[in-house]
Amino acid sequence: MRTTILAFGAAKDIFGGHKVEIDLPERARVTDLKALLGARYPLLAQLAVYRIAINDEYAADEDEITEGDEVAVIPPVSGG
Amino acid sequence: MIDIKISSKPLDITACIGKVTTPKCGGINVFIGAVREVTAGKRVVRLEYEAYESMAMKEMEKIAIEAQRRWPAERILIHHRTGVLQLEESAVVIAVAAPHRDAAFQACRFAIDQLKQNVPIWKKEVFEDGEVWVAAHP
Repeated sequence: MRTTILAFGAAKDIFGGHKVEIDLPERARVTDLKALLGARYPLLAQLAVYRIAINDEYAADEDEITEGDEVAVIPPVSGG
Repeated sequence: MIDIKISSKPLDITACIGKVTTPKCGGINVFIGAVREVTAGKRVVRLEYEAYESMAMKEMEKIAIEAQRRWPAERILIHHRTGVLQLEESAVVIAVAAPHRDAAFQACRFAIDQLKQNVPIWKKEVFEDGEVWVAAHP
């Protein structure tokens, strides 16, 4: 399933843009997405840590990604 | 009352205070996060803020709701700026009004601490000789 991944901050620089498309297997979990992203973008390992958000909510590694979800890579936040 | 905003325009601190002012509240606490000139010994030229706006709005609202659950904070305002900011400009304004000062201080402190941990907003420091996304790298 073709999924758009939004990227912000340092992740945007690593992806070379604000969004990328990635093919995920059906019933993929956040942990599967992280493995795929890590393989395609080795520089992600340079981030202190990053979280995944699904539909504007922080997701856990075991959460499932469903077709049409808005998925985002959230590098360490630094607002304020 | 909860008032949340993300804006690329300068934050109006007086207007923020006006929004939380009510005869019910004798204590108003305001936190302003401003652009600092020197960080880790390097001179900052400007800051650039980027937000995942839809999610950041929701996370800021959650913080305000939780603060009101913990303290009798009648009115909480959280406004965050995005885009390019120059030295001394306000990046964030948190204004909390409560019947008495203790709750206003505590809820305000809670709100800025939570914002810095969880709200998807990113700050890039631009120096004379380079730039860095704050906290991104270990």
